[in-house]
Amino acid sequence: MGEITVTQALNLAIDEAMAEDDGVFCLGEDVSAKQGGGVFKITDGLTEKYGENRIRATPISETAIIGAAIGAALAGQRPIAEIMLMNFVGVCMDQIVNHAAKLRFMSGGQTNVPMVIRTTTGVGVGFGGQHSDMLEAWFAHVAGIHVVTPSNAADARGLMRSAIDCNDPVLFIENILCYGLTGEDPGKGYRVPLGKAAITREGSDVSIITYGRTVHDALEIAGDMEKEGISVEVVDLRTIAPYDEETVLASVRKTGRAIMLHEAVKPYGTGAEMAATIHEKLWGELKKPVLRLGGTFSPVPFVDKLEQAWIPTKDQIAAAVKQQMDKD
Amino acid sequence: MTDIDRDTLLDIYTRTMKVNRTDEKFRALLMEGKVAVMYYTVRGQELASAASMAALEKEDYVVCTYRGQGEQTAKGIPAKSWWGECLGKVTGTCKGKGGTMHITDPDVGIMVTTGVVGSGLPIANGLAMASQNNGDGRVTMVSFGDGAANIGGFHEAMNMAQLYKLPVVFFCQNNRYGEHTAFADHTASENIASRAEGYGMPSLHVDGNDVHAVYNAAKTAVDHARAGKGPMLVEAMCYRMMGHFFGADFSYMPPEHIEEMKAEDPIPKLRKVMLDHQFSEDELDKIVAGIDAEIDEAVEHALAADLPDVKELKIDVFEEEMA
Repeated sequence: MGEITVTQALNLAIDEAMAEDDGVFCLGEDVSAKQGGGVFKITDGLTEKYGENRIRATPISETAIIGAAIGAALAGQRPIAEIMLMNFVGVCMDQIVNHAAKLRFMSGGQTNVPMVIRTTTGVGVGFGGQHSDMLEAWFAHVAGIHVVTPSNAADARGLMRSAIDCNDPVLFIENILCYGLTGEDPGKGYRVPLGKAAITREGSDVSIITYGRTVHDALEIAGDMEKEGISVEVVDLRTIAPYDEETVLASVRKTGRAIMLHEAVKPYGTGAEMAATIHEKLWGELKKPVLRLGGTFSPVPFVDKLEQAWIPTKDQIAAAVKQQMDKD
Repeated sequence: MTDIDRDTLLDIYTRTMKVNRTDEKFRALLMEGKVAVMYYTVRGQELASAASMAALEKEDYVVCTYRGQGEQTAKGIPAKSWWGECLGKVTGTCKGKGGTMHITDPDVGIMVTTGVVGSGLPIANGLAMASQNNGDGRVTMVSFGDGAANIGGFHEAMNMAQLYKLPVVFFCQNNRYGEHTAFADHTASENIASRAEGYGMPSLHVDGNDVHAVYNAAKTAVDHARAGKGPMLVEAMCYRMMGHFFGADFSYMPPEHIEEMKAEDPIPKLRKVMLDHQFSEDELDKIVAGIDAEIDEAVEHALAADLPDVKELKIDVFEEEMA
């Protein structure tokens, strides 16, 4: 099948969904051919195939973008709305939280909102405080919306198809630094079910539970630790909310030690929620309390030196693993 | 001004009186303490809702607000399921999970009732976008108040709708108050309709208590949208004759102004129009009596109905029932 990048994986998934279903369409800022197919080229080449009504370039109007996607979804279409950068969700929170996530419930199941909100972000790009945050916890806290993030090309392709299939809203978080990563192309029609984590590396001593870009840091550290005789299991959640509690608990039950790792700031993060659940459900089986690693509780800084210190470093991840094993 | 044919006039009258009698009944029940829920009265705005809904086809979409009883009733939500929802019963349109501020009934095109001021406009665009995409010929009408015209979503939605020439009608019932704040204290422009010009969109500014003015304006806008010419903004000048919601203090509304506005009350004005068009007192009274009987039966039905089971908390959150 050959290798594809995450960017190509997303483009292929959207392309095949649009080819199969006339109701699937994209809207967002700069997404059409006239503007170059999206600032990260995810919709590149699709305007030529499907026309400007199905690859709709919008004004810089996040509230109108999400509102339009909600309305179209209520009418039975399957919009894929792009919010160019995750921080901009602050502009349209009302539409996402009060409407997209709640209309199925508030209507007693008479209506539903099958839409995907694609957005991207990432620390380490030098974009500073308003273009870098991982804000998944904001949405994980709201009932009625799935929160998804792929760490690799195959998952990007498979999760995007499942997100488009989903009959409820899905927030699909991409990472700028992962777009260029290559991986085996899983092929046409491939789907990764929502709500299912992956054991990306099996291990027996410590479970690192993570998602998105930090999966790669965890895998690298797991490799390093093997040389020191520590067996690290890496769990890639893939769906952040509602998450795969069964797989997480099974992994930690096996290892007895867990580290929650995410790029988002540590306080009140998804790691706190999952750590609490692990403590509640596996208290007697744990060899160590769950550790959490997350971004520094400050705005994401601009200059590289500060930015690299802001995110959980590989040294910190390695140190956390050793702490769990009582090794220096 | 184009005269309205008798059938349409009778239709508007019936819808208006359904809205009016439903409002009267709701306030009476609240006053008697028989029910205790949030209710945003539509007293004074019945005609604007009824005549605008009469300009739509059954399959057209509507997005309304928490002060949406007028649109909901006039678009045709059956009284039993409307009252059931307002009383939080299983017989309600939303099984008692939406309530007075979130009434939904896709069967008659009531797609969203939002409790957030101004949030309906961007969603209405999306419903209209779906119609534009799939060519189903539907028009979407979104109703909102003057207060909603000052939130960002209004402006984003107006611009986007005109940009794409979406089949949507923005129907503003200017009831002179944004919650507790008078129009002149919250809006710098003289009216809302003139804002359309800034988006290259046609608009109409009409007396919301004049059946001919409201219906013809709504019809013009609906026809314009259905013909593929894009959106229009209609501003109907109304007057909210009571406080923001039932039981709320409205001492900020000058009593002499309320008194003065009684002369503009759309209900007696419409009655006069009907008599002028040779409908008899008896005929009109019978219509109202029929409406009252239907409402009474619906209220009794709702009062007697069951409350939803607690298991509903895990249903309709996602497609799949929660564990």
